[in-house]
This record gives sequence, structure tokens and C-alpha cells, in this order.
Amino acid sequence: MAQGQMAPGIVSGRLSSDELTSNFTDLHPPLAPHEAAVAADRCYFCYDAPCVTACPTDIDIPLFIRQIQAGQPQAAGRTILEQNILGGMCARVCPTETLCEEACVRETAEGKPVEIGRLQRFATDDVMASGAHPFERAASTGKTIAVIGAGPAGLACAHRLAMLGHDVVIHEAKPKPGGLNEYGIAAYKSTNNFAQAEVTWLLEIGGIAIETDSVLGETISLDGLLENYDAVFLSIGLAGVNALRAQGVDKNGVGHAVDFISEVRQASDLAHLPVGRNVVVIGGGMTAVDAAVKSKLLGAEHVTIAYRRGRDAMGASRYEQDLAASHGVRIMCNVQPVAVHGNGAAAEIEMEYTASHDGQLSGTGETTRLSADQVLMAIGQTLEGAPEGLSMEGNKIAVNEAGRTSLKGVWAGGDCAAGGDDLTVTAVAEGRDAAMDIHASLNA
Amino acid sequence: MADLTTDFLGISSPNPYWLASAPPTDKEYNVRRAFEAGWGGVVWKTLGAEGPPVVNVNGPRYGSIYGADRRLLGLNNIELITDRPLEVNLEEMARVKADYPDRALIASIMVPCEEEAWKAILPRVAETGADGIELNFGCPHGMSERGMGSAVGQVPEYIEMVTRWCKQYYDRPVIVKLTPNITDIRKPAAAARNGGADAVSLINTINSITSVNLDTFSPEPSIDGKGSHGGYCGPAVKPIALSMVSEIARAEATRGLPISGIGGVTTWRDAAEFISLGCGTVQVCTAAMTYGFKIIDELTAGLSEWMDEKGFSNLSEVVGRAVPNVTDWQYLNLNYVAKAKIDQDQCIKCGRCYAACEDTSHQAISMSADRVFDVIDEECVACNLCVDVCPVEGCISMVPMAAGEVDPRTGKVVDAEYANWTTHPNNPMAKAAE
Repeated sequence: MAQGQMAPGIVSGRLSSDELTSNFTDLHPPLAPHEAAVAADRCYFCYDAPCVTACPTDIDIPLFIRQIQAGQPQAAGRTILEQNILGGMCARVCPTETLCEEACVRETAEGKPVEIGRLQRFATDDVMASGAHPFERAASTGKTIAVIGAGPAGLACAHRLAMLGHDVVIHEAKPKPGGLNEYGIAAYKSTNNFAQAEVTWLLEIGGIAIETDSVLGETISLDGLLENYDAVFLSIGLAGVNALRAQGVDKNGVGHAVDFISEVRQASDLAHLPVGRNVVVIGGGMTAVDAAVKSKLLGAEHVTIAYRRGRDAMGASRYEQDLAASHGVRIMCNVQPVAVHGNGAAAEIEMEYTASHDGQLSGTGETTRLSADQVLMAIGQTLEGAPEGLSMEGNKIAVNEAGRTSLKGVWAGGDCAAGGDDLTVTAVAEGRDAAMDIHASLNA
Repeated sequence: MADLTTDFLGISSPNPYWLASAPPTDKEYNVRRAFEAGWGGVVWKTLGAEGPPVVNVNGPRYGSIYGADRRLLGLNNIELITDRPLEVNLEEMARVKADYPDRALIASIMVPCEEEAWKAILPRVAETGADGIELNFGCPHGMSERGMGSAVGQVPEYIEMVTRWCKQYYDRPVIVKLTPNITDIRKPAAAARNGGADAVSLINTINSITSVNLDTFSPEPSIDGKGSHGGYCGPAVKPIALSMVSEIARAEATRGLPISGIGGVTTWRDAAEFISLGCGTVQVCTAAMTYGFKIIDELTAGLSEWMDEKGFSNLSEVVGRAVPNVTDWQYLNLNYVAKAKIDQDQCIKCGRCYAACEDTSHQAISMSADRVFDVIDEECVACNLCVDVCPVEGCISMVPMAAGEVDPRTGKVVDAEYANWTTHPNNPMAKAAE
């Protein structure tokens, strides 16, 4: 039963089912064949193309676009998937505006890059729709590798290892595989249960078993894995969340943005998903934008992103910021939360303005209050549950260029490993490259 | 406003744009629409001899070549001459001409290569009040298998013979339409002139197969699994037409012969180019078939505006203006030395110039680690390929070297004097400079 948008507190049913369905359709609808042909024709087939250099997985972008031009989207799809087996998801979630499309010479020329992301989706969707898995396994090597975590890095590593003839067992802590693709990506970027469909398609290579609810440090241990497997790849992501240091964060209505995003992704009926009337999201990254936009799409009346530094310092790209603004999200910069007020449940958040002196951020003493029945913290995730005995770099697992950790037989990649941006596409590249190194070392 | 009024062989039309003899001019309905839209003239779809008309295929008649965004660049067709009775066409022509006396109306004719056939049809055409006739010696498909169309146009003796008959039995201007499916276009043009033709029009369509269906392995357009070559036209054929027009405009045997230019005229600019190479009118078909008759508004306004910008008040000032600049390769100035220059402010760093030069030309462009592309003057032969492949208009230009400068490629001082191959020391046939 819809209660209306103005209902106070955190309630479900602010919007009708029809409105919710319309709000959560594809952010970028797929290209129709003629649109794809026109978009592909805009590619200049640059020499040593800057877009390829900008792609963490080194997809030969001019080649796949030329293959679309030449009427073979399946061949284009294979070109993509050879480098990036999760090319379908990356086509949806990559911040292309800061990667390939930012580097596109047409961005330089006219501020309108070739739509590489949408073209990639066109090609990879075509491959997946064909129903046939485009890769075959090499002859069995008799080796078995354990992959811990079925997120983008783990899946990419597992697929490459399987293709090379190894057997793979993926241990996944959650009930479903996919990692952030399943639990973290904004719902309007991955519609129609795409994450699970992609995993199912990826597994068609064969030789990969997934054990869900298998938690490192609880049901399995690194020592045990090293005894039973020929190699171990750790792709356990960042399971911890940073906590907010402010008074009153224990009040009802204060939560983590990643949990909220996950709830939206896992909701069987969005009409039953509660959201505040006045939502304040603390943070300045993509997670903050995703949580804020989702709140708005669910029917929150006022949604504010509160970020402690200036807009230029936000982790979310300008495109993501504009996306939030276009959905009616207010972006407040140079404010930090000092207290959440309310009688048991959050009602207001008190923010202090900040100023930066010589790079040091400090409060100015001036404060302001915003109505807030829901406060979502999006101030970063941290590595949690890393096995003992691994060298660390900062708060992450130290790895060399090929993903080797300090322990023999153990590789790591994705968000849990040091180096690289915390992006799906980076995780895929790291998983793939670690697989190649594992293969080389097992064959040595 | 520049005056677009055209006098071609004494036939006047309000502008130089005539619709070519083709599907758009097959009947009264279309021609009236064209005249209402503002077209200066039409060449009526080719008439055949009295009797049962020809028949057309009942499947696709056209094939196509596309550029980006399905922009039609080339069209081919296997349609024959009019498949309507001669009487119907003649009646309609007479009615239309009576209603539009200020427009040019030309009858295109294709009958067998027999004097009687021409003698029979010409008086009937004259009765319609048409301003002149165009002899269809050009169509390369279908009718040529029956000894007409390009089968005549490929034999200069036949052209001369038939033209002479027409001049004998018809007292208005005779235009001979030429086929490009021939080695030397000057020969049929000269034959037409010898036969007394008042003008030539060219080009007719070019033998072509636009594509092969890779599922059925039939050429397109496909009729029940088989295809036949058609006549190619549209923007893609313009360069071929311009060259043939220029050859006739400057050859001794045909110089001064009025020309109606045909072949890919799509915008006012194309028309201006044909006219500058010696054409008194231009004929249009594919552009109208692609976009409809309304393009005449752009064609006329554009030509008029360009003439105003250039200070031309009358079309006659433009006709043939580029002809003196068409010459043989052997007379090109070999002392003219240019070098490519890249405007770094405009460069978008795509590297196409580099790939083109490095892979396929003279290795005269360098590429730095941060994608700065520079011309290596020591290697640059000024071939222009970098200009042609650069996606940014005006980014790369060919800059002539001044006399007295040293060409770093050859080490020679650039000479202000004109010198060509005919006097070059490497030419075994060289003549001493005069």
C-alpha cells in the first residue's frame, strides 16, 4: 500500500509500483543495431589508440568497434571478452567518462566521445544472447586452484584458469556469486538480474565449481586451502566499512550505504523497500552517488550528499555528480557531520563547515542542521578478514605486478589487493593477470 | 542576387538544374511536381519506338552503397527506358510544356539504329513542343543487349551516323548523351560533334554490381537469385564525371561544344564544379531520388549565394572558368615544392596521419611518447595523404616553399621558374628548354 511521498520516517511504498519500475530501468538503454552502426562509424581507428591505453583491461577498442561497423558484433564481442570476460558488466558500470571515453580523441575534438561503453554492451550482449559460450578449455592440466571470493577479480581469474585447462573451486562467503556486481552495483546500471546471468554464462566454460557460504577464517582457512589446492587466489574484496565519528551515530536510521545498496539490489519488490523522507548521504564517492540516487528513485523527498571537501576532490566523477544532480540530489560540499540528533531515531544531522589550510582540513566552528530521518554512510570500505602471515601495503594485501603475495602459492587481486583503482574493470584485469602468472608458475 | 537564368543552345530555363532522364521524369505527375518545386528543366524519361513498350523486372531495380549513417553514396539501377506507351508520353509532354513554357523540356530518345526508326519518331516528338532532344547512347544495362543505349555509345561511327539523321529530321537542338563505359570519352564526343550535335551530356551510368549477397551468392539487386550489372550513379561517380567533362572541354576536337553535366550532383557545390569545367547546365537524378524534389531550393539558393560571394552576376561568367587549369601531368610544375604542416592547436592526436605515412607512404611524420605528431621535412614529399586522412578539416595543410629556400629532402634550392617533365633531364624524351 503506497503511503505517499510525504510520509515521515523510513517507510516503504513512497512511490507506486509503476513509478518504481520506470525509475529502475536501464540508465543507458542498449543501442539498437542502427544506432550502433552510427555510433561505430564515429570511431577514427586511432593509431596506438588512447582509449586502449586508458582501459585497465587493454581491450582493443578500435578493433571491436570496426568489427561492429563491419557487421560482426559477435566477433566484436569476442575481441572484448578475450581481454575482459566480464566485458558485459564493465560495459554497464565502467566509469568510461574517466577511462576510455575520456581518452577518446573525439572528446578532445568536440566534447563527444565515441560511445565506447554502449558499443561494448551492444557487442557483448550479442554474444551472450547467442547462447553459445565463445571460449573452449585447453586440455586438462590436472591442477586445481582455489579462488576465494566470486567477485569480478575471482570470476575473471577462475575463467582464465579454467580456459587454460585447470580446475577451479571458488569459495564465496555470500549466498550468491558476483561480489559487488551482485551486491554493490547500482540497480539502474545492472538491470534484469544481469550479474547472475553473466556468472551463469561465464561458468559455461566448465571446470569451475562455486561453493557459496564458504567463509575464509570461518569455514575454510588459508593453510587448509594451501594443503588441498595447487594455488590460491584471494579476491575477498573489502568487507569492512569505515565508521563515522560523530555523536548519535547509533540512532535508528543511521546505516551504511553499501548495505542499503545491497538491499535495493536484493529486494524482490522495491515497493516494500523502506527509505527515508529526508536522506543524507555522507561521502563523496561512487557509493555515495549510487545510494543517493537510489534513495531519490525510491521516492525520498530530499536527498543530500554531504562531502567534507570541495567538489573537485570528490571520488565520484563529474558525470556521476551530474547524474545525481539530474535526479534532484543536492550536493553539499565542505561540510562534515558532527552529530545526529533525534529521540531514538534520527531526525536531524548537524554539519560543521570545513575549510582547508595547507591541505589540512578543519572545521570552521559554524554548523548547520539538515532534516534527516535516514543517514547513509559512504565513507569507504576496508579490508576485513585477511589471513595472517601476508605482507600488507597500507591496509591492503601487498602484491607484485603479477598479483603474487608474500606467501608462496598465494596470489591476490581486486579491491583487497594494493594498487589500482577499486573498479570492476581493474579487478578483472588483476584476476586475469594473476591467472596467467599462476598458470606460468604451475607449468614451470 | 546572381542571375541563374540559363541559356543552353537557345533553350532557356530559370536555373541550370535539369532533372535527368530517369525514373523521376517518367510521367506528367512527377514532372509537374518537379516544376512546381522549382526545377529549371527536365529531360523526359527515354522514349522508345512505337509499339508494345519494354517491360521491366518485377523485383528490385536498385542497389546501393552507403556511407556513415546509411547515407546513400552510390546507387545502381537496372530499370529500362519508359515502359509506358509512346502516345501517352507524347501527350503528357505536350500538356506539361504548354503549362510551363518557361521551363526546359527535353525528350530523351532511344530507338533502334535504323534511319527509319529515327525518322518515324522525331516528327512526333517535335509536335509536343519539346525544346530539344537527347539521344540516349548511354544506358549500360538491358537495352544495350538489344543494340541500343551504350552499345551505340561505344561505337563513335554509330553516334555520328545517328546524330546526323537526327539533325536531318529534327530542327531543334540535339544533345547526345554519352556513356562512360568507354576508354576515351573524347572519341564519342568528337563523333557527336562531327554528326552535327549541338551539345553532349554526360555521364550516363557506369557498369556496376553494387554488392554480392553472401548468403545466396547473388549479385544485388537480386531477381530470383540472379543479378545483372546495372548503371552506377550518385555522389560516388562525380569524380569520374568531372574528369570526362573536363577532357571534352579541353580537347581540340571538342573544345567549345556545349556540355550538360551529369554525375552525382548533390549540392550546389557539385553543380558549380561541373559548370566551372564547362557545363552549361547540370542534370540531377540520384539526389532527387534520395531526398525528393525539394533539394532544388538548396541547389539554387546555394549557387546564387556562392556567385554573389565571388562577384559573379551571371552563370556565363562561371561556365568553363576552371578549364584552362586542367592540364596533362607532363605540364605540372615540378619546381613547385610544398611540405605538410600540422597545426598542433587543432590536432586531436588520433595518429591517422602517422599510421598512413608510416605504413603506406614516406615515413615523414614523427610520433612522440605523448602523441605529438610532427612532419619530418627531410622526408615529406607533400603527397597530401595526411591531409586526406586527417579527420579535422584544416588541421594539416600543404604549405608551398618560397623560391630560394632549400628543400631539406633534396638539398636543392627551390627555383622560382616553372619547369615540367618535358624538359626534365630524367626524361629520355626531354626537349631542350626553350
